[in-house]
Amino acid sequence: MELIESIEIIEQPKRKVMNVSQDIKPHIEVEHLNLYIQGNHILKDINLSIPDKSITCIIGPSGCGKTTLLRTFNRLHDESVDVKITGKLYVDGEDIYAKDTEVTHIRKKMGLLAQRPCSLPMSIIDNVAYGPRIHGVRGRRKLYALARHQLNAVGLWDEVKDRLKSPASKLSIGQQQRLCLARGLAVEPEIILGDEATSALDPISSKKIEELFLSIKDKYTIVLVTHTLRQAKRIADYVAFMYMGELIEFGTADQLFNHPKHQLTKDYIGGGFS
Amino acid sequence: MLKRRLLKDKIARHYMLAATVLSIFILFLIGGGLLWKSLPIMHEKSLWTLLTTSNWRPFKGDFGFASYIFSTLYVTAIAIVIALPLSLLTSIYIIEYASPRILRAFSAVVDLLSGIPPVIYGVWGTLTIVPFISEKIAPHFVEFSTGYSVLAGGIVLAIMIIPLIISILIEVFSAVPKEMREASLSLGATKWQTVKKVVLRKSIPGIVAATVLAISRAFGETIAVLMVCGNFTDLPKSIFDACYPLPALIANNYGEMMSVPKYESALMFAAFLLFFIIVLFNVISRVVLIQIDKRYQI
Amino acid sequence: MKKLEEKIFKCLMIGSTVLILSVLLYILYVIMKKGLPSLSWEMISQLPSGGFYLGKGGGILNAIAGSLYLIFFSVLISLMISVPVVMYLNFTLRRKSRFAAFARLTFDVLFGIPSIVYGAFGFTVMIFFGLQTSLLGGIIAVSLLIIPVMIRSIDEVAILIPNDLVEATKSLGATNYETIKVIVRQLLPGISTAVLLSIGRGIGDAATVLFTAGYTDSIPTSLGQPTATLPLAIFFQLSSPVEEVQNRAYAAAVVLTVIILILSFSARYFSRRFSKNKI
Repeated sequence: MELIESIEIIEQPKRKVMNVSQDIKPHIEVEHLNLYIQGNHILKDINLSIPDKSITCIIGPSGCGKTTLLRTFNRLHDESVDVKITGKLYVDGEDIYAKDTEVTHIRKKMGLLAQRPCSLPMSIIDNVAYGPRIHGVRGRRKLYALARHQLNAVGLWDEVKDRLKSPASKLSIGQQQRLCLARGLAVEPEIILGDEATSALDPISSKKIEELFLSIKDKYTIVLVTHTLRQAKRIADYVAFMYMGELIEFGTADQLFNHPKHQLTKDYIGGGFS
Repeated sequence: MLKRRLLKDKIARHYMLAATVLSIFILFLIGGGLLWKSLPIMHEKSLWTLLTTSNWRPFKGDFGFASYIFSTLYVTAIAIVIALPLSLLTSIYIIEYASPRILRAFSAVVDLLSGIPPVIYGVWGTLTIVPFISEKIAPHFVEFSTGYSVLAGGIVLAIMIIPLIISILIEVFSAVPKEMREASLSLGATKWQTVKKVVLRKSIPGIVAATVLAISRAFGETIAVLMVCGNFTDLPKSIFDACYPLPALIANNYGEMMSVPKYESALMFAAFLLFFIIVLFNVISRVVLIQIDKRYQI
Repeated sequence: MKKLEEKIFKCLMIGSTVLILSVLLYILYVIMKKGLPSLSWEMISQLPSGGFYLGKGGGILNAIAGSLYLIFFSVLISLMISVPVVMYLNFTLRRKSRFAAFARLTFDVLFGIPSIVYGAFGFTVMIFFGLQTSLLGGIIAVSLLIIPVMIRSIDEVAILIPNDLVEATKSLGATNYETIKVIVRQLLPGISTAVLLSIGRGIGDAATVLFTAGYTDSIPTSLGQPTATLPLAIFFQLSSPVEEVQNRAYAAAVVLTVIILILSFSARYFSRRFSKNKI
């Protein structure tokens, strides 16, 4: 009986999600995604729908492919040689892996927060204005207003308003990560991707970032790869559990943490392995 | 037993320290030695006369270095103007756009090019560049040119310093963190925009350092330029005229040095000039780099 | 508009790469074309007969042997100075010592000094000691030239040695000297690469030997005699009115180029082996 249920979960996560609530609109839909690096099968037949305007956390032990999966969402693997991807990935209904798809407008829809905050080699305000400038926004006043708005949104404005022109690299690591978030928000994305975005930060900065995510989740779809179960428990609306390149289980946070269906999920949540 | 070991250690320490002090001292020895040798001519003529007049009549005792200094600067400038854009373009392509295999193959080629001795470039320059200028390029611009010219010197020098600049730039561009590029791409920038606004910006100190090294190299290069520049003292009026850079001056006239009074001193002064300019240039650029680092923390 | 700019630059970039590659190959081609026909066993095993500038017969053995002698002694002297210096800076002094920083700055400056300055200075030294243009004079100048090259090259690999290794040997009660002996063994591949690079730099340089080593038709039998060298063999004989003499110059060019190519490949081979065997 349990075996059949498990198969159902893996093969038809869509339906499972539908059962949870009919109102969930998937923003990103992954269909039969397979990824090979130098011939090694890294992501195995992933089928997943990321719900709109909520926080989805991808959890799993190290090496299970969470970061790799996240990076397929904004086609960051384009930059690596030896990577082969098959399958479909729909963002707002557009298959981003179809031939000849233009990639920059897709990436514009998504903001990426990497594990180690990486500020661009320019001043604080130029960092935030970088995205808009790239996409054609002109006018110093306009850019200034934009930057101010985003810096406010991430709670950095008061800390940096006197030194907007100083190099971004002089900020503390926690501030830099918030800066990266402001920078990502400045291009007005729809989706925010976080790749273990708080793992390099101290607890206070981590908390600030988590609070930011919670405060903006009604406007953006947020997908976070988290290494710690505790973070997922704190902020996730939906959780996807991965193991060895496969998507094992997907559901609301309540479902996955309190009533996990799959044995592996139970083991992981119970702390059996990490 | 321990005593002997400690004795060996002591001797080794003293030897190493001596070698180090000696090596450092070489720099000051060279500067001091050349300066000392230049004193006779510096006493006879003022520094101003030496540097700004272009009368060069050793047998009459006239030593004006201006046209040699000018030639050196002219040839170096042409070399940089040719070499820098080409090196930048190629390095960017190799690192950002080409496959890793091409990178490896190209690095091997660059290594090879940097090892080729200047005299070989000189031979090649005489065989190919000089006639090419004389027959194919100059006729469009001037009435006559032997081909032995500022342009020939500039081209040969450029080919010599390109491998140097490229090898440094390749290292510099590779040092830009992958995450930085990804951050830019994730915002929706194209590869070219990322290169222009992020990679190049981050690499500015490295590019400056490479340029400084290249200029130093070009400035002091003797034999390759000597073979193609014409060795003619008059100030070159166009790039198709012959010129006479400082190193060539020293190299060509060492034989006659001893026969004319003050000639040796004059040539040593030329050598000291070269030494001084290059050391000064190196020190200044180092200071500039430290300042850039401090202010912009790129 | 953006796309157009990217396309233009991409064209320029590929063009530039192709241009540079072609120029290298063209240089090798021209040198080989001119020199290979004249290259023969006689050419490399005989001395020039009848005077190097005008004499028609013979070969370039004087230059080959002279260069080899010259570089051999120069490298020897340079090793005796460079290795202790690098060991001192990296493993005897504290890593962050101010003196070490100053020393490195000096060596960087020395590295950038053109070879003609070394030649002129070498000449001054020779006069000071009353030497004639000779093998010894050349050795002095070339050693001075390659010491900074060797120091820089060995320093680059010495810096990579992790502190733990040094501390491990020291905590076994070894003296500084004994520690260094162990490290030197570790660094041998790096030192070999440095030697190869220095040979490449020193053997092909004309400006250092121009006033210091003289030139002659014969092979030197003592340090006090003048000696021919490959770069000067090319330089002096190229402008001769006699065709056979010119051919000797081209042959010397081929020999020099081949030596450099072999050295470059060996240096790359060694440095790759070194990084494979790193602890």
